[in-house]
Amino acid sequence: MKLNGIRLHHHKNTAECETVNLPCPEKVILSMSQHIGAPAEPKVKVGDEVKVGTVVGDADTRVTCPVHASVSGKVTAIGELLLPNGKTCRTVEITSDGKQEPDPSLAVPDIHDKASLAAAVRASGCCGMGGAGFPTHIKLNYDEEKQHIDTLVVNAAECEPYITSDYRELIENSDRVIGGMKLIREILGIERVVIGIEENKPKAISLMREKLAGEKGFEVLKLRSLYPQGAEKVIAFYATGRIVEEGQLTYDQGIIVLNASTTGFIYDYSQTGIPFVSRRVTIDGDAVGKPGNFRAPIGIRISELLSAAGTDMEKVERIVAGGPMMGISVYDHDLPLLKTNNAFLASKREEKRPVMTNCIRCGRCIAACPLGLMPTEFERAYDRKDRDALNRLKINLCMNCGSCSYVCPAKRPLAEKNQLAKGFAISR
Amino acid sequence: MKEYTVSPSPHIRDSITTSKIMLHVIIATIPAMAASAIFFSWRALTLIAFCALSAMVWERLCCFIMKRPDSTDDLSAMVTGILLAFNLPVTLPIWMAAVGTFVSIVIVKQLFGGLGQNFANPAIVGRIVLMLSFTSYMTHWVLPNGLDAVSTATPLVTEDSFSYFDLFIGRCGGCIGETSALALLIGGVYLCIVRVIKPYAPLAFIGTVYLFSAAAGRDPIYQILSGGLMLGAIFMATDYVTTPVTNKGRVIFGIGCGLITCVIRFWCSPPEGVSYSILLMNIVTPYIDMFTRKKAVGGIYRRKESREEKN
Repeated sequence: MKLNGIRLHHHKNTAECETVNLPCPEKVILSMSQHIGAPAEPKVKVGDEVKVGTVVGDADTRVTCPVHASVSGKVTAIGELLLPNGKTCRTVEITSDGKQEPDPSLAVPDIHDKASLAAAVRASGCCGMGGAGFPTHIKLNYDEEKQHIDTLVVNAAECEPYITSDYRELIENSDRVIGGMKLIREILGIERVVIGIEENKPKAISLMREKLAGEKGFEVLKLRSLYPQGAEKVIAFYATGRIVEEGQLTYDQGIIVLNASTTGFIYDYSQTGIPFVSRRVTIDGDAVGKPGNFRAPIGIRISELLSAAGTDMEKVERIVAGGPMMGISVYDHDLPLLKTNNAFLASKREEKRPVMTNCIRCGRCIAACPLGLMPTEFERAYDRKDRDALNRLKINLCMNCGSCSYVCPAKRPLAEKNQLAKGFAISR
Repeated sequence: MKEYTVSPSPHIRDSITTSKIMLHVIIATIPAMAASAIFFSWRALTLIAFCALSAMVWERLCCFIMKRPDSTDDLSAMVTGILLAFNLPVTLPIWMAAVGTFVSIVIVKQLFGGLGQNFANPAIVGRIVLMLSFTSYMTHWVLPNGLDAVSTATPLVTEDSFSYFDLFIGRCGGCIGETSALALLIGGVYLCIVRVIKPYAPLAFIGTVYLFSAAAGRDPIYQILSGGLMLGAIFMATDYVTTPVTNKGRVIFGIGCGLITCVIRFWCSPPEGVSYSILLMNIVTPYIDMFTRKKAVGGIYRRKESREEKN
């Protein structure tokens, strides 16, 4: 069995751009909502001195991980911010003293079993670095008695056009990624580790094959270049042949899927104890003068990132956080970098909504949906407000990959309708 | 603060549009047009051009009167006009052709809501209405090369009067666009290559006719090469709007068309059954769609529970 997928132009212009470390910005704005799940609460007050790695936000809720200061300096404001995803969250603004001193309390974590690994991952502030941003400790939060994890899937598919930040992680820090794979495998007693890479990255595939040659239990899986190969359920299926059912997380099928950069980060944390305070981000798009990959502290303003890549901010008409298929439009270039942002694309052209015409029932959206859903039927059911039909058609499974909208010749906003329909179907 | 345009993802779209698809279909009809000009003289082209034009005129008028945005630029009306012309004998008076395009565009398409909303193939219904209204004109076949030639029967009535080769290239009596299997196949292959159609419905349709004919003791090759089968299978049974949306559904649609075509050809009074079979299958298309709904990957379906919830 094969899942559907669509062919896209890759535009991996920045694949050979080595990561450039950006100088410490004057100030950073740390959003208390960095990922899916409940936001953290600020744990500092205006005027507090913080060092790199000081916890500035945390909460006791399950799907939350702490936020750490990414620069050393002084807390100058606690504010509120509307994030591009439409949520309002609290923020901690830190003005840097330029010293970048690490917090003295930071220590190399003691990781010896599953519980200590999950605790360390949570303490590190780690969430998925591939875009969706699921706090990683939740993925490790399964019941050992009932569930045995036999496969770790490291997701290096990077199926969205333009983005190359995971690819650079594989090339520049392959040992880190492999270290992470080995660490998690050992702690959780996993038999099989699969790293999935799309075939449009032959260099990464051969490098990984070379480094993992002779290692038992490690596999490099060459994925077809079909969007969305990097979707969690899709890559889990190609790595194991198992289907993650409705309402399940991948660990219910004995699989843990981790993004390649996340895996590398976990290893780094296990060795140095430095929490999630910076990340690599791809800057590309037709308004960017020198596209490239940059390592920057979390909370740096997007405009600073774009300017570092030689962008004339006057000419930018549109900014997308993430890839062009699933990325979110940014309404203000002074918004901060979040842990989940793997790329920013800046364009000189304003986004025009294409002219929509009648559905001609060509079935392209159905042939495109990786999960075998029927977007055209969703649209009809949503337009007549038929909740039962939407649930029967499994609207809840839609992951908003955007393939249906992409292929539609009538330019209907199918993915957008799916999201509306999803909200409507669960409302009572 | 600088204002940026925000919009929901995806931020890129494929370059395919409805009009591009229709343009591909028009390109795919060119070989059959050429064949019709070769075998039925210039008048065939005049008739095709007239049908295409009148269909566009009806569409435009309709959109104007019904206060809909003008939809002639999506070229779907032109496709309907060309396909209707393919279903006409070369001798048909022009005004009758105009009646045909009126039925196709105004009654079948626009009155049901325009492109995408019609339940039956406009060209097919146009042909059937003309057939029933002007039967003698519509069955006035001529032999290729000459309008003055004596009228003849369609090869379906006089089985074995043409060689396979004549049937294949189209040197036989019939409607202007349907006779040349070769030209139609070239168009069909083109449509498959540019990924406008998938070959499921045509193959199922033609395959069923072949097997059924063989089983019924008829000459199967003669059956698939004569009449409007190739035209119907390649251009009508693949119309997006009036056929199922899934590949499984398309196969069922093709098989249904094949069976009905054979039953009509062999045991009913009209000599040809392709258009009726497609019309009948158009009508059951919503049901085929309903029963061939795809199961979602990882979807859990509990029949009873959902029914209880409803109650």
